[in-house]
Amino acid sequence: MSRLTNKHIQHLYWRAGFGISYTELHQVKKMSKNKIIQHLFDQSKDPKELHIDLKEFEKDPKTLTKEKRKELRNLQNQKILDMNALWFEQMKNTKGVLREKMTLFFQNHFAVRLRMPKVMLYFHNTIRKHALSNFGELLMDISRSPAMIMFLNNRQNRKGSPNENFAREVMELFTLGRDNRYTEKDIKEAARAFTGWDFDKEGKFVFRQYRHDSGDKVFLERKGAFKGEDIIKILLEEKQTAIYLTEKIYRFFVHDTINQEHIKELATIFYDSNYNIEILLKSIFSSTWFYDKKNIGTKIKSPVDLITGLNRQFYITYAEPKVLFYTQRKLNQMLFYPPNVAGWPGGKYWIDSSTMMIRLKLASVMLTNGKIDMDIKQDMPENMMTNPRKSKRTGLAKRIRAQGNWKKFLVTLQTENKKEVTDFLIQPELSEAAKRVLSASGINDTKSFIVELLSLPEYQLC
Amino acid sequence: MERRDFLKNSVFASGMALIPSFLKGMEFLTPDQLSGYRNVIIIQLSGGNDGLNTIIPIHNDIYHRLRPAIAKKKQETLAIDDTLAFNNHLQEIKQLYDQGDVSIINNVGYPNPNRSHFRSSDIWHTASGADQHLTDGWIGRYLDAHCEHPYQAIEVDKGLSLTLKGKKMNGIAVSDPTLLYHSTREPFFKNIIVNTDQEMLDENNQGYLYKTMLETYSSASYIYETSKIYQTTTQYPSTAFGKNLKCIADFIISGLTTRVYYSSLGGFDNHVNQVNSQDRLLEIYSQAIGALVKDLKKNSRFKDTLILTFSEFGRRVKQNASRGTDHGTANNVFVIGGGLKKPGIYNEPPNLSDLDISGDLKHSIDFRSIYATILNNWLNVNDAPILGKTFDSLGFV
Repeated sequence: MSRLTNKHIQHLYWRAGFGISYTELHQVKKMSKNKIIQHLFDQSKDPKELHIDLKEFEKDPKTLTKEKRKELRNLQNQKILDMNALWFEQMKNTKGVLREKMTLFFQNHFAVRLRMPKVMLYFHNTIRKHALSNFGELLMDISRSPAMIMFLNNRQNRKGSPNENFAREVMELFTLGRDNRYTEKDIKEAARAFTGWDFDKEGKFVFRQYRHDSGDKVFLERKGAFKGEDIIKILLEEKQTAIYLTEKIYRFFVHDTINQEHIKELATIFYDSNYNIEILLKSIFSSTWFYDKKNIGTKIKSPVDLITGLNRQFYITYAEPKVLFYTQRKLNQMLFYPPNVAGWPGGKYWIDSSTMMIRLKLASVMLTNGKIDMDIKQDMPENMMTNPRKSKRTGLAKRIRAQGNWKKFLVTLQTENKKEVTDFLIQPELSEAAKRVLSASGINDTKSFIVELLSLPEYQLC
Repeated sequence: MERRDFLKNSVFASGMALIPSFLKGMEFLTPDQLSGYRNVIIIQLSGGNDGLNTIIPIHNDIYHRLRPAIAKKKQETLAIDDTLAFNNHLQEIKQLYDQGDVSIINNVGYPNPNRSHFRSSDIWHTASGADQHLTDGWIGRYLDAHCEHPYQAIEVDKGLSLTLKGKKMNGIAVSDPTLLYHSTREPFFKNIIVNTDQEMLDENNQGYLYKTMLETYSSASYIYETSKIYQTTTQYPSTAFGKNLKCIADFIISGLTTRVYYSSLGGFDNHVNQVNSQDRLLEIYSQAIGALVKDLKKNSRFKDTLILTFSEFGRRVKQNASRGTDHGTANNVFVIGGGLKKPGIYNEPPNLSDLDISGDLKHSIDFRSIYATILNNWLNVNDAPILGKTFDSLGFV
């Protein structure tokens, strides 16, 4: 299969990015499968680091008044929010969608939550830099970053009184996976090896010899006077690390349930390539099974996928950044604020009673002020009891003040054929209920029909 | 308007007569049915609360020796008996304790304890053994076996805990009943709902989305209409946790046929400079519980309510180098209610001179015995099928 169908290209772009515009779909359609995949990587070459102004924090806090220090503390929060908004803006506008997607993956793999803009910005940009290259280098740089040293308490981990937090999580969450391969004893020994890790005022990594436990350690059956870096290297020598990462990446890009045969093959490729992320991803995207019917339209979009997908397709603008934060909070995914060290579990976790209704309503709120037009032919007395004007602005539409650009979207959409529009916007097959509702609704104008499509449960899938 | 008439009108107003037949069967409690309708509120102190600085072995030398920087001084506690004392940020809990409304169960845990938040939370949520991986929660299994509607277990919080997820049925997560209700009123969604067949609700993601939509639709009407009946006038602290408990009180007093409520208070993972932040959290907990119990008492519902407070693990006896504590094992559990059979300190205090090889407390009561007691003695259902095996009943209710 060297050519991809429209559905396949949409599938690839939803998984590797945030969907595809109609114009772009027809551009890349001319390319072969391998060319399209290469095109995705080519467009993501630039790490596109985020930049925010942090000069307010350069002054020595000791020289400041009490009020000024308090002001700065509030400003710290604000700066993290600025980073959040900036990242969303970049995801909306960039051509390098795969870089953004992989950065999202690793920002959640290494789920750190701190109120310190400088160390968080450095942390985020470190992930960007390595997101499509080498996992080993990423793991090392992230482990030694001030954010990680702070967040998992390696700074407090000292000879004679170890703090096991990082040692435990580096195995449980970042490399081997819970209950795989290591024991409580390995955690204790690794914690000893990580003693002495710290950073200076500039945010540079520092090794403090006097805090380091330089004695012999026995870690995963190896013995030596290990330092932290040695532990990371040993963890990378373990094939289980490649397996664990591959499983997680597979669940992120392919399907909630892993296929053991695919994992076995991919993990070997990943391990043998010395953890080359690009090689792993290319193996996934160029496989035939990636385009199997059972993998298409079966993943629940994360809130970021959903929001960014709409942002990109319909050129959504927000009245103020606060609106975007509100939406993220209500959907339980606020970037830079993961729930805990394990990050967001994803999949069905996104869906509960309250998030489901907001998600269904989101597109109409952004595009038509919350109105979903219907011309119902069936006898449905209950609808007569709802005043449509009143339902026009629900609490949600008042809070989510966002606006799409229909004109721009409709110009690019070169068809008004209902089937073509449906195939383009909806990845899974329509349920019987959806088919019945759409055919019963006598809507003829394209705009209203699109809002109906976007309000179906099917639009929540990609 | 009489309460009964109000309910009747609400059923029409919300258009519930038109939802698919397999979702019908809404029940409302009349005032006489309301009395005696038992419920459980489960509260998780997430992150691993340090039980030893909550219920403090204040006269124990080992406690003071192993925690030179973080041990509580006597004047920072509220004495219980010759061995134990409350952290003095638990004022309201202490008052309830003195009134015989609190039972403190020490040394609760499970064999081969896991010190990971996620794994240990999963174990508590699913009531599994340490070597067992279950994907449904213990309340989810209770829902599956004994309840007809998802709203019979409600989590007042941001998301839905594994505890409330069953195989057939999930509980409902609500943080704002009004917002939830209004979002379901869209005619387009109603139209989808009336067109949905039960056959579509299979286990894949698409079926799951439809199922959630349907359950939400019917539950949201029910919760919204019923909870309008009572809006508390009791003052609650303005913390997020306080607001959540206020919402639960409104539900209970309004007469929702909900059996289990769930909420959590996070931030207990104090590896560094623990004392201040734990004290602050315990105060938030205590003040909110104090307001809740006052409210329930005022409305004669406290005797039908049982509040279980747990944390996924306790913390290490010895402090770490950063004036904090690392992940530990066995911990104390609070049971608060108007119908306790054994209020007070339920069992022996923690034994600090007999720790495991990591320096952690050994458990003497399996947490599943507490679940078994609640299921059997309080909710009057057979606990063994839900918990997978038989555990001793503790008789605190």
